Amino acid sequence: MSKVHSWGRLGEYNHDVEVLRDRALAPRQIQGGTPGLAFGMGRSYGDSCLNPDGKLWKTPGLDKLIRFDPEKGRLVCEAGVLLRDIQRVFVPQGWMLPVTPGTQMVTVGGAIANDVHGKNHHVFGSFGDQVHSILLARTDGEVLRASVDENPDWLSATIGGLGLTGVVLEAELQLRKVDSPWLDAETLPYESLNEFFELAGASEAAWEHTVSWIDCMNTREARGIFMRANHVCGSLGTGPMPSGKKKTMPFVPPVSLVNKLSLAPFNQLYFYLNKWKAGHSRVHYEPFNYPLDNLLEWNRMYGPRGFYQYQSVVPFAGAREAIRGQLDEIRRSGQGSFLAVLKTFGDRQPRGLLSFPMPGVTLALDFPNRGQRTLELFKRLDSIVREAGGRIYPAKDARMPAELFEAGYPKLHEFLTYRDPGISSAMSRRLMGY
Amino acid sequence: MPKRIVIIGATSAIAQQCARLWAAEGASDFILVGRNADKLEAIAQDLQVRSPEVTTHTETCDFTDPIAITNLASALAEQGPLDILLVAHGTLPDQQACQNDLTIARDAMLINGLSPAYFAEAFVGKMQNQTSGSLVVIGSVAGDRGRQSNYVYGAAKGLVERYAQGLEHRLADTRINLTLVKPGPTQTPMTAHMEGQDKMAPLEQVAGDIVRGVKAKKPRRRARLVN
Repeated sequence: MSKVHSWGRLGEYNHDVEVLRDRALAPRQIQGGTPGLAFGMGRSYGDSCLNPDGKLWKTPGLDKLIRFDPEKGRLVCEAGVLLRDIQRVFVPQGWMLPVTPGTQMVTVGGAIANDVHGKNHHVFGSFGDQVHSILLARTDGEVLRASVDENPDWLSATIGGLGLTGVVLEAELQLRKVDSPWLDAETLPYESLNEFFELAGASEAAWEHTVSWIDCMNTREARGIFMRANHVCGSLGTGPMPSGKKKTMPFVPPVSLVNKLSLAPFNQLYFYLNKWKAGHSRVHYEPFNYPLDNLLEWNRMYGPRGFYQYQSVVPFAGAREAIRGQLDEIRRSGQGSFLAVLKTFGDRQPRGLLSFPMPGVTLALDFPNRGQRTLELFKRLDSIVREAGGRIYPAKDARMPAELFEAGYPKLHEFLTYRDPGISSAMSRRLMGY
Repeated sequence: MPKRIVIIGATSAIAQQCARLWAAEGASDFILVGRNADKLEAIAQDLQVRSPEVTTHTETCDFTDPIAITNLASALAEQGPLDILLVAHGTLPDQQACQNDLTIARDAMLINGLSPAYFAEAFVGKMQNQTSGSLVVIGSVAGDRGRQSNYVYGAAKGLVERYAQGLEHRLADTRINLTLVKPGPTQTPMTAHMEGQDKMAPLEQVAGDIVRGVKAKKPRRRARLVN
């Protein structure tokens, strides 16, 4: 038994860890016995990647690339391959993953299971939209291929399926062509929610990447920094390379470094610094897309009690009121963090039965764990999300009530028929009964 | 000319990572030696997708048979000079099982001690007249001293170290460089069952140190790999 925690470090739990390394052997390794769960890089924040007192099948050893078709840009690889490794191998060859989340230190399997999204949702959709086919091992020994043409229902169940439909062994991914690793980015400060919505609306047509940092502590009006970017086309010069220097948060501080005293001044500083720097710049895709990847184990900064992330999406109709309502609650509570993101999703339906993205506005914030006070705040945020017809992102969640999960994911009942009875997680027990 | 790189125990996690780094550096011709043909094939495929300019060959071999090892070295040397030989295979035996069953102890010492020495010896004879070349053998800090928790493994790795020391002496007047690498506990499948694996050295870091050490022709045993 080894102790394993998820990214939020809310607790450490005993797991019987087994390593998957050989895709030919893996189907036998997962057969029979007590229920298990595939575990990649452990970047899920809450309990979706944990199976306390049960088995974890570690997948990062399934790290082989299998085939690449340079005509179509299709890559077949094992499910434990890191998105970072795909980018580093293929960017020099002129190809790139169309969709990556805010860290590239996740596995392909994890990206499928959580149907992760990036800053370019309105152009490329989510990770699942790039998956051409998968090879899925079930704990009863069956190994099935699922694609748009073959078992398409299994593909929609597995995309965003939280690892509960089986263990993904291989995936065939569509890459997109890029001319260079650089992006031309523009940074614009905004000083109200209305301004944010105007910027987001106006940027969709001409910009591939859009995202914003939001100051959750500002008292008068929401304010933040809007960022938009496009890939540099053709051979229009070069840009700065990332330094590659990595720093590690060396230990868990006794109290969260993010607290009432540090938060407001930090946000103020960050806002004015970026307002001052606003304008055009050329950036490498790594620092632009994955700003925290060079700060290893940054999740330790929230102290020994760990942290939650609360990420919701609400439909466009009523989004302004819902976002304003959430920000008001957060500011009043004095909780929150400088890691706060406000972003619009494009007008497209996701492929997965339990996929998170939907047309609307998503707000994501970290919260140092202050126990009951934090959970009380979440209840108030929940009711705003529920009222607005929104939902919460399971990949980030450790506490949403089952009733909100059911309301937010109307295809849940259909999904349940695809579950593998030999697979269970702390989250599936909390939200789906087993 | 592409570099000719022979990797013994090519399915080991450290070897696989080193091969990826060498493949990323440019045209190479890999000869991947292991016990399981399917696993070797998967590794060969992986290297080719990562670096389209590499070529790969796979060879299976009985790792405890001195004659098979001698024949393999002769066959490979006949096809041309070798730029790098990496001897990377090994197992982590259960110390208690070795104490209870001397057959297990014998097998563990054979595969972790004698077998790497056989490979090094067989290839050194073929490489020593080349005008350049690197021989890399993976030892372990476990070979530095005996401990009750793993002295069968430690004794085998100690043999490897002494053998490498002698080879180094023998190679002093040649253009062949020998590096004995002694990683500390590393995050590999071999240690996955051990408590505190997340505190061990990351695989990429260890492989990076090995590849840099070979390039710099680092004096053997100095390789700063203890974590």
